[in-house]
Amino acid sequence: MSRLPVRKTYKLFIGGEFPRSESGRTYEAEGQNVARASRKDVRDAVRAARGAFGKWSGMTAYNRGQVLYRIAEMMEARRAEFANFCSGPKEVERSIDRVVWYAGWADKLAQVLGSSNPVAGPYFNFTVPEPTGVVGILAPPEPALLGLVSRVAPAIVGGNSVVVVASEPHPLAAVELAEVLATADVPGGVVNILTGRLEELAPVLAGHMDVNALDVSGADGEVAELERLAAENVKRVVRGDADDQSPWEIAGFLELKTVWHPIGV
Amino acid sequence: MAQAPALPTGFELPLEPRLPRIGSIDQVAIEERAGTLAKRSIKRESKVFALELAVRMTDLTTLEGADTPGKVAALASKAVRPDPSDPGIPSVAAVCVYPNLVPTAVERVRGSDVKVASVATAFPSGQSPLEAKLDEVRWVVEHGADEVDMVIDRGAFLAGRYAKVYDEIVRVKEACGDAHLKVILETGELGTYDNVRRASLLAMAAGGDFIKTSTGKLPSAATLPVALVMLEAIRDVYEETGRRVGFKPAGGIRNAKQAVQHLVLVHETVGVDWLTPDLYRFGASSLLNDILMQLRKEKTGRYQSPDYFTID
Amino acid sequence: MTELERKQDRAPIPSGWEYATAPESREIVQLRERYGHFVGGEWLEPKESYATIDPASEEPLAEIGQATDEEVGLAVSAAREAFENGWSALPGSERAKYLFRIARVLQERSREFAVLESLNGGKPIRESRDVDLPLAAAHFFYYAGWADKLEYAFPNRKPQPLGVAGQIIPWNFPLLMLAWKIAPALAAGNTVVLKPAETTPLSALLFCDVLRQAELPPGVVNIVTGDGRAGAALVKAEVDKVAFTGSTDVGKAIQRELAGTGKKLTLELGGKAANVIFDDAALDQAVEGIINGIYFNQGHVCCAGSRLLVQESIYEPVISKLKRRLQTLRVGDPLDKNTDVGAINSRAQLEKIEELVRSGEEEGAEIYQPPCRLPEKGYWFVPTVFTNVAQSYRIAQEEIFGPVLSVLTFRTPDEAVEKANNTPYGLSAGVWTEKGSRILSMAQKLRAGVIWANTYNRFDPSSPFGGYKESGFGREGGRHGLEPYLKFE
Repeated sequence: MSRLPVRKTYKLFIGGEFPRSESGRTYEAEGQNVARASRKDVRDAVRAARGAFGKWSGMTAYNRGQVLYRIAEMMEARRAEFANFCSGPKEVERSIDRVVWYAGWADKLAQVLGSSNPVAGPYFNFTVPEPTGVVGILAPPEPALLGLVSRVAPAIVGGNSVVVVASEPHPLAAVELAEVLATADVPGGVVNILTGRLEELAPVLAGHMDVNALDVSGADGEVAELERLAAENVKRVVRGDADDQSPWEIAGFLELKTVWHPIGV
Repeated sequence: MAQAPALPTGFELPLEPRLPRIGSIDQVAIEERAGTLAKRSIKRESKVFALELAVRMTDLTTLEGADTPGKVAALASKAVRPDPSDPGIPSVAAVCVYPNLVPTAVERVRGSDVKVASVATAFPSGQSPLEAKLDEVRWVVEHGADEVDMVIDRGAFLAGRYAKVYDEIVRVKEACGDAHLKVILETGELGTYDNVRRASLLAMAAGGDFIKTSTGKLPSAATLPVALVMLEAIRDVYEETGRRVGFKPAGGIRNAKQAVQHLVLVHETVGVDWLTPDLYRFGASSLLNDILMQLRKEKTGRYQSPDYFTID
Repeated sequence: MTELERKQDRAPIPSGWEYATAPESREIVQLRERYGHFVGGEWLEPKESYATIDPASEEPLAEIGQATDEEVGLAVSAAREAFENGWSALPGSERAKYLFRIARVLQERSREFAVLESLNGGKPIRESRDVDLPLAAAHFFYYAGWADKLEYAFPNRKPQPLGVAGQIIPWNFPLLMLAWKIAPALAAGNTVVLKPAETTPLSALLFCDVLRQAELPPGVVNIVTGDGRAGAALVKAEVDKVAFTGSTDVGKAIQRELAGTGKKLTLELGGKAANVIFDDAALDQAVEGIINGIYFNQGHVCCAGSRLLVQESIYEPVISKLKRRLQTLRVGDPLDKNTDVGAINSRAQLEKIEELVRSGEEEGAEIYQPPCRLPEKGYWFVPTVFTNVAQSYRIAQEEIFGPVLSVLTFRTPDEAVEKANNTPYGLSAGVWTEKGSRILSMAQKLRAGVIWANTYNRFDPSSPFGGYKESGFGREGGRHGLEPYLKFE
């Protein structure tokens, strides 16, 4: 007689912990009961992300690169599990490789995106990229894992902290990824993952005054309304691709800071 | 209260603990500010005001190895009456000569308001024993010099021996008696504006009545940014203590336009109180004729030729 | 008597030496009685019009067109046609030469433009002559060189122009903002419809004559004038990109308007910059930096250092030096070469400044204004310093956009960072300290797009400029300033 498996409870991932939704609600997706986050969960996730931002953005780029690589290592160890939650092993491999690819960008961004500016005067002047802050990400509905990784990795490699609304129909890959992140040296709060109804969560995230950028790659037809909400605090709105890999994806979540100093004796 | 020293007593102690109070100068910003002030457009009656003032403030100077009693006599006449064709032009403040020529100068300006200033203390290098310097100061004062222009020991200053520089100024000031002491920093040798400020404060603290930019023997002399640094130091001492120290830019000021620029600096940094020969002098030789030409141009509306101005 | 009291008792500098007036001649500027819109290389007779004035005298200068939706549409069509029929196909090297020509003509006619800029905007001729005009010309010169080198700026990305750019600029640096907008747009291969500010249209209209002299093909640059209604029409028109510099409120409205359209947008909005003075700063230069930070261009500067954060240990000397320096600021005729602070740009702006200053007094801040004779006609405001300001006061939170400084204090670097960043804006910040490591640490921690360390209000075409947070997004200047005008494969 075969053993009855022990099932998992699929929870939210906020501030490095796995709470249930404060609303106590769940919804059924991919045959499982998944936490259905509320407005207040969005609030908590944004607060956690803001709290983590200083530490994460203040780390050396080398360090952030290592943390991302560590994520890839931990994903590699769970390839089989991930394969169950997406289109299969191929997607898992591509997702892992993508994280590795972005890990390598951490300490090259400033060199590729920054500049030293030859101003017409006795001043040293340089421009460096810096993270925008807290980024809200509406993950693409699919591919469940690759889409998620393709949006989250470029946002965090530059030093942002993120609040992700996972794919509504395919949330399990996101919860699996949360478990990876919790054990991969990612400081709590850098990545926060909410599962639930996109329609319910997206406007809350888009209108949140402490979110600095919004990735609407996973939004359906309601982009216009989300962008209107985003305008309330001049959010940077990113319309990305579910399967793209480029430093310009990172740049979408970065600010450029220019510093002047006189040259004298 | 009004005559309190610029800095607390004990300045002869190692200076380093005091450095935060002395402060520093940003080169780019000070040059920018001086450049902006230099662009002030001074026209018509305000220009005449400035030029006549500049004449009154001039220390008409000759400091050549070739100086003779004849040369100094001519200079003194020019000092008393700069433009014989225009009696409205005032006398200059002083003639400034080498020690040997003090007696001649004293005799030639007698009866006028023109003062006699003498460089001393092994001008221009300052590289002589202190006793020799003090003897020289006492000698010129005994022979009638009203003002003494000393040089600081730049070697000691750049070696960090601030106490030596300070002590020397104190001793020279004592040797001056009633004569006014102008302390020449020779800013062109100090290397940085930070040093100019430091030396300015040091000279004022040691009792200098004036601080003066240069000997005139170096190409880099009374530039506008250097003047601005020194004026700001003078203002800070005034703000701290209420004591007014004078300023004398010398060297490189050759035309009327430059003189007006320097006066604008004074006006907008320490204010009109300093617009008097008691607190401000130009150390110059060729400047005077250019000012006279400009003044006559303002009066006649015609551009002038140097042929009409004497070259004493 | 304590040292502190003694210092405050000291009398202000007497003004014994009055500088004679030194006015720049107006004759160099020939104005027409009325101007239309510049569309497709020709002047379009406007249906409606209004008078633009000299804010220093309130005298009208010319009649200006108030663009209707239809007129804006005509301008956009002209730009579209120019884009499709030639400009976008023109080799970059040829576009470059047009931009070089424009730069040169601006240099040649710089005095004329400087006088006009001061006449219509109220800014001191010293600034329009020494800052606005040289920088505007330099901007065209800089971007001219990029026009045929875009693939080096964006390797492997195949940069392509967007099409028609709609550009809306403010009244504080009319010609310079025009240059910031038009130069990168044309270098990238776009055509342009630009709307200058309602109160300062004249330099943009004179710029059309520069385009004629440069023989720029008709329709590549179109200028429509008018108030916010014309701007709104431009945002809604068939443009591929909108670039806006102005207030945060209008910026948000534009972002909302463009929501869901996919049109590219860059915003350069308001600011409330902190200028942080540490106790080891070179004090006199820091004071000069404070002055330049807030009184430059009457404080009509989005990146103005309007919040002074002074370390408490040097509060007294800084304030005393600042007040003393304030007394030497020369307020008056913008065309006088000795004027430091000119006229407030408009009655509306003056009223806004007055209202905020009243609120500062009511909330309990201590006001200081130097003795100052103001002209009888025109819009003027005395350079003002508020001390005893709490972070919560409106004058510490809201952009005043006038010559008004709010002074706050801090004790430690962390507190300085916290206070400096405690604002929805993030355009710029200043740091004054002689300690190198502290400069770099502060530069890293201040959340703003431009950090001036031991200097303030410096601009250069090669130096990217733009904000964090509600100060906008996108950069102007440098290689980065090209990106908002390009699309990539």
